[in-house]
Amino acid sequence: MTTPMAMHMSDGLLDPATSALFGLVAAAGLTLAVLRARRDLDDRTAPMAGLVAAFVFAAQMLNFPVLPGVSGHLLGGALAALLVGPAVGALCLTIVLVIQALMFADGGLTALGANVTNMALIGTVAGYLVALGLRRFAVRGRAGLAVMAFLAALVNTVAAASGFVVEYGIGGQGGVSLVGVATAILGVHILIGVGEGVITALTVTAVAAVRPDLVHVLRGADRPLQLRPSPVARPEESGA
Amino acid sequence: MSTQQHDTRRRNRAFFLIFGLVAVLLAGVVSAFASSEPDGLDAVTRQGCTVTETERGEQVEGECIAQHAQDHALAGSPLADYTVRGDSRLTGVAGVLGVVVVLAVSGGLFWLLRRRSTPDETPRTD
Repeated sequence: MTTPMAMHMSDGLLDPATSALFGLVAAAGLTLAVLRARRDLDDRTAPMAGLVAAFVFAAQMLNFPVLPGVSGHLLGGALAALLVGPAVGALCLTIVLVIQALMFADGGLTALGANVTNMALIGTVAGYLVALGLRRFAVRGRAGLAVMAFLAALVNTVAAASGFVVEYGIGGQGGVSLVGVATAILGVHILIGVGEGVITALTVTAVAAVRPDLVHVLRGADRPLQLRPSPVARPEESGA
Repeated sequence: MSTQQHDTRRRNRAFFLIFGLVAVLLAGVVSAFASSEPDGLDAVTRQGCTVTETERGEQVEGECIAQHAQDHALAGSPLADYTVRGDSRLTGVAGVLGVVVVLAVSGGLFWLLRRRSTPDETPRTD
């Protein structure tokens, strides 16, 4: 009974030049993420970020059925971005993808750049942008936060899947029509995105219920939107 | 102030412990109930092909994207495909090992990257 639990792009789906191109895209994005991440990491958020990466790894193992014979699993970019910010979140996802490729033979080594680009960069940033747009509803209460997390995660999944479509369009192997691939991939990832949205909303509201100060998007650390600070958005006063 | 800091640290530790335990439970226990059907990406890359299980792995026949997929360069590694030496009953064990390694690597990296600002050292720049 060998049921391979491959979850990410294997080697050979993209031609070598396209694989290399997205290796460079991933490297450029990760450089920016490392430079930005320092700002969001301190004695309290650094361990939180480590745990978010571990949680995303665990949750990615949990394939749920979406169609007969087809499953889906959390990608986790929006989840990580909401909890620890987009830059640190992108690094969380990258660490997960690298360890999956090296330790669990999941996700090809030459496809790593494309997998990082899709799930760690595109998905994370897209999800975070949606969350930023909806943040004023989220700081009002739990329902708003749940809706924000759900939509951010749904967009994250579909955006990451669109990354694959673009890569396949540039240098995909197999001679299957791009329109066919795009329709099938985006269709199934809307369904997966609903599952991702539910898991993300549950997780983020659970963390926010006990430790709202550990939810990055509620802190408004990098760009305060409101003039009147709401109780949850106010940064914790630490006596110096 | 020191009592307050002490309380905060204890609260943090309790929360982090619970969060970590949830990850371990998901990877170690809940993973046994995960669907083993191909995920969305795999399913689409296999469209047009028939996939049959053989002793040497999966045989993909027909005209589809997955036909071009190469075997993973590290397919022979002990935890490949979230098993322990090919035993898929031990997915939970592989999962917990993964959680531990991800936590160690990411925790270590983020700890090194963090801004170091203890009250004594913080320069008063603003």
